[in-house]
Amino acid sequence: MRTDPLFQPVMSEARSTRTVSLTFNEQPLQVPAGSSVAAALLMSGIQRFRATPVSEAPRAPYCMMGVCFECLVEIDGVPNRQSCLIEVGEGMRIRSQEGARDLMFQPATVQSVEVLS
Amino acid sequence: MSHSSVDVVVVGAGAAGMSGAVALAELGLHVVLLDEQGSPGGQIYRGITLAPLSRRDMLGPDYAHGNELAQALASSSVRYERGAAVWQVTREHEVSYLREGRLHTLQAKAVLLATGAMERPFPIPGWTLPGVMSAGAAQILLKSSGLAPSEPVVLAGCGPLLYLLGWQYLRAGVPIKALVDTTRPDDYWRARRHLFAALRAWPYLRKGLELMRSLRSARIAHFTGAEQLAVEGDGAARALTFTVAGKAERIATRCVLLHQGVVPNIQFSQSLRARHHWDVDQLCFSPVVDSWGELDVAGVFVAGDGAGIGGAQAAAVQGQLAALGIAVRLEKLSDAQRAFRAEALHARLASNLRIRPFLDALYQPKEANRIPADDVMVCRCEEVTAGELRGFVALGCTGPNQAKSFGRCGMGPCQGRMCGLTVTEVIAKARGVSASEVGYYRIRPPIKPITLGELAGD
Repeated sequence: MRTDPLFQPVMSEARSTRTVSLTFNEQPLQVPAGSSVAAALLMSGIQRFRATPVSEAPRAPYCMMGVCFECLVEIDGVPNRQSCLIEVGEGMRIRSQEGARDLMFQPATVQSVEVLS
Repeated sequence: MSHSSVDVVVVGAGAAGMSGAVALAELGLHVVLLDEQGSPGGQIYRGITLAPLSRRDMLGPDYAHGNELAQALASSSVRYERGAAVWQVTREHEVSYLREGRLHTLQAKAVLLATGAMERPFPIPGWTLPGVMSAGAAQILLKSSGLAPSEPVVLAGCGPLLYLLGWQYLRAGVPIKALVDTTRPDDYWRARRHLFAALRAWPYLRKGLELMRSLRSARIAHFTGAEQLAVEGDGAARALTFTVAGKAERIATRCVLLHQGVVPNIQFSQSLRARHHWDVDQLCFSPVVDSWGELDVAGVFVAGDGAGIGGAQAAAVQGQLAALGIAVRLEKLSDAQRAFRAEALHARLASNLRIRPFLDALYQPKEANRIPADDVMVCRCEEVTAGELRGFVALGCTGPNQAKSFGRCGMGPCQGRMCGLTVTEVIAKARGVSASEVGYYRIRPPIKPITLGELAGD
């Protein structure tokens, strides 16, 4: 769901000449090339990045430096990506991460099984 | 999976990592510098090589200073690998990382950890709501993307970074609705005994005073001695509420930026089972290091804020000192040569650290904002409140590691990074013992999430 963006470019910033197209929950977005996925979503009015597995509470980036893991989204089918650490790419398909990810059944891509101690 | 051998692996391309890597290369060592970001700079100099001049100017001279380090790195023989997520460092100097979906392992003769600082958690009611971020996060958005809040923002807490961000927002023309400061008059009283040392660090102190003056002259609503901070909202932040001298205040805003200092990021030094101590002035755990930054794990060094908060300038010097320490370990320098080179560096480090005791005392985070009330979320990932944690203690839970089995506290995606300090302090208070006795989470690799597919190398 989009609202008025919480973040926008400051006045002295020249508008980015290069943009990339991506989707968030199937909704097309044009964002500046070179920015992190998290920054791109925040400036596009995306406020809810994921819902927690426990109570499905809405969450959004908190630290922007890879510490808090609140910005986790699914990118091109791979869940649990830290959107603050990943640069936007042309044609990226991004989805909000809803609750617990499915650990039980992902035979096609073992890739989504994550190792956590 | 690829394996190769190098002299030194440096983890982290911030102030300490860049300066340490360059110094090591100048000593004739084969150095690989691994960093998670897409460009060098760490957090303090985030995006320094990419930021347009107008943005650099707006962020101020201390930020622009990082460009010198980045240029020295670019013209050095250091092999800099961007986008490298290090997930394991062993006591035998094996460093494993993930880059572009592929696994790599380097066998080094020595390792320099320069993983810097992270912001101290600020557990208050509503701090998990979208619209609430750390001030550091907002500053990263400004540095790396030129973004700022689109409507008047509320800055809350205390510490140099919070005021610096306010100053940068003023320069960028970003409206600030209020500065809600948790600093109280008695904090100045406590800090006064360090004032003499702080006066000897006059350039630092002057910068700070100028910054505070410009915030005051901008006529931003400035509350001091704020207590009982809470963010109000249903699904997203709507207002910050607090009290000043018992009087209730409420400021409507969609964006609240919190800050109460930074603490060392100790994930790697903890995972190496190195000795740590509880720093009673900075209220955090720091690894125990010698004067070159070496841990009690031979050949593994720490430089910069990861070994205790000292700031960017101190970090750059510590990087050089660690390089000298490593050079002696690898028999590139004799003890006498090192002593000669280190003399000026030690003096510079001492001068860079002179302001610290004053800042640590003045901006010591309030107990109520570190050890929160029962209803406040401590572990954001697994949604464990301070009250539940106290319940675990009542049932016999003595430390953070047991809190995991009692209620999954610290077992979510962040692996205890965000709640570690809070959990230690809540348990210590509840048990009536020191934080040092309670200890910290036992950190295990992988330090960064890695998939089984990646591990299997398919």
